[in-house]
Amino acid sequence: MIEFQRVSKTYPDGTVAVEDFSLVAPSRQTTVLVGTSGSGKTTVLRMVNRMVEPTTGHVLWDGVDVATMNPVKLRRSIGYVLQEGGLFPHWTVLDNIATVPRLEGATRQDSARRASELLEMVGLDASMGSRYPAQLSGGQRQRVGVARALANDPLLLLMDEPFGALDPLVRRDLHVQVKRIREALGTTIIMVTHDMHEAMTLGHQVVVMQTGGRIVQTGAPEELLSSPATDFVADLINVSKL
Amino acid sequence: MITSAFAWIADAANWGGDAGIWMRLLQHLGVTGLVVLAAAVVAVPAGIAIGHTGKGRALVTFTSGAARALPTLGLLTLFALALGIGLAAPFWALVILAFPPLLAAAYSGVESADKVTVDASRAIGMTGMQVLRHVELPAAFPILVGGLRSTVLQVASTATLAAYTADIGLGRFLFVGMKTNHYEVMIGGALLVVVLTLVLDVVLALCQKAVERRAG
Amino acid sequence: MNWVSQNMDLALGLLLTHLSLAVPAIVLAVLVAVPLGWLAHRKRRVRGPLLTGVGLLYAVPSLALFILVPSLFGFSIRSSANIIIVLAIYGVAILVRTCADAFDAVPADVRQAADALGYSTWKRFWSVDLPLSVPVTMAGVRVVVVSTVSLVTVGSVIGVQSLGTLFTDGFQRGIIPEVLTGLVLTVLLAVAMDVLCVLIERALTPWNRRRA
Repeated sequence: MIEFQRVSKTYPDGTVAVEDFSLVAPSRQTTVLVGTSGSGKTTVLRMVNRMVEPTTGHVLWDGVDVATMNPVKLRRSIGYVLQEGGLFPHWTVLDNIATVPRLEGATRQDSARRASELLEMVGLDASMGSRYPAQLSGGQRQRVGVARALANDPLLLLMDEPFGALDPLVRRDLHVQVKRIREALGTTIIMVTHDMHEAMTLGHQVVVMQTGGRIVQTGAPEELLSSPATDFVADLINVSKL
Repeated sequence: MITSAFAWIADAANWGGDAGIWMRLLQHLGVTGLVVLAAAVVAVPAGIAIGHTGKGRALVTFTSGAARALPTLGLLTLFALALGIGLAAPFWALVILAFPPLLAAAYSGVESADKVTVDASRAIGMTGMQVLRHVELPAAFPILVGGLRSTVLQVASTATLAAYTADIGLGRFLFVGMKTNHYEVMIGGALLVVVLTLVLDVVLALCQKAVERRAG
Repeated sequence: MNWVSQNMDLALGLLLTHLSLAVPAIVLAVLVAVPLGWLAHRKRRVRGPLLTGVGLLYAVPSLALFILVPSLFGFSIRSSANIIIVLAIYGVAILVRTCADAFDAVPADVRQAADALGYSTWKRFWSVDLPLSVPVTMAGVRVVVVSTVSLVTVGSVIGVQSLGTLFTDGFQRGIIPEVLTGLVLTVLLAVAMDVLCVLIERALTPWNRRRA
């Protein structure tokens, strides 16, 4: 369980990215933060693995303040998926997936075997393993990004606009994949997206955010559908149906 | 050794006369100016023409590559043997050195003009010369000035070496001092050359800023 | 061209001496410039003064440095170390800016991915920043290689042997073919080493080569 306790982020130039944000993301469920750009959703996500340090407030992981943990160790224990995959262009697909096991000192053989398993799990052919990221399609790159994030069996997976750059068909396919993986592994997922449809498809809990990390509504997809709290939420839902 | 070099520079007796510091400095700057002027008269129009027409880009790439690889000392000695130990040898060797960077600056300056603006200017009916005058040359100006600055510096710097084959410039102190074992003259000469290039660098940088400010 | 056939051994010997000066200078320049470039890339406040400083250094004529550097640090003007150190200084002057640009050019999302996966700064430098900076850095190294090979010849006027000796000797004895031989060999050496750089870059960046 991840718990945000009244976190705020003010940058040195005075910009307030997030103000007084509180939320509980339950274990083994998917929590989706959805909102327009500037809503502070990525900032909130990055507080979990200490890529952003909150100015005030705390982030707790199963009751332990992440601020007390070593950031490098913390990050190796959390899976992180970036937009476009954020793959290392100078490494092959297998080397990319094996990054964290190798960082943790696994042997070349062990991590290569693990990487091959993961390649299969995200639905990629074994022959892809020796390719470089530039030789893959956008969808394939994103699958590799997911595989890399899962390599160390993380209990928690953070996803930052993971499928933002993909066309709708590929995206739908990846949604199915992510759901399957979560059910199989019981991973806790926190995802950031600006796509309401994606949020409704994947989220057990959907958090609609507006400027400065203000929460407009939190609830299960059905609750948002049946009783949107504001016109803004209703609009987001309606647009996503188009 | 360094202190005796400073003493040599400080001695007023070393500044006057036909082979004094003032005369050598004047020669050094004179050769530099002459060489850059001569090279620019050909290189700048050629670079502008290449940038404007897009023809002959290979020439720019080739000359700037070749200029870097060609050892100036080799050119100086070759020309000195062919033309005698007068001014002509260092003049031509330095012109060859100065030509490529000026050509490249003029070319890339014109090339830097916004493609959409150039297209739009043609579309509203400007002639080639009008596009050049109103769009491409204004864009080229700052880059050209920058190229002039670095070329002047490079020529002034290399002109030191020209004293190996010709009786000219501050480099003479280095070679005369070396040959006659007057190390204070050799080191003093080297110090003067360093001061000259550094002052020149700063002065030219200020000129460049002033010109750019005026050009807006 | 009689001179050439009679003095092949001399020319080849000088070619090797030339290499023994140029290669250490280039290697030294790269070893110093890469960390300095990294520093300029990481510390914005260091960047300006550092780049201005090396820029001024580059304006100073090599001949003056060949004379001043040994007098300041107390070693012989006619030593190979003098040539190597001065040319390494020049190499650094050319390369620091390129190295800083090379590290700047590493894509931000790749760097963020490395942080998010739990790389320490030190490990990230060796695994991510350094390998990805190679293409831009190598462009600068090629400039250094060609200009160093050319500048080594200047050492001959202060009495350090290299292909430049063919210029000074040919000039003093009035043998044009000797000077021409020196010119041709210097340019050929520069071109050969430039080609070598391209091959090294290809070997170091397999991901660029295999891009379809």
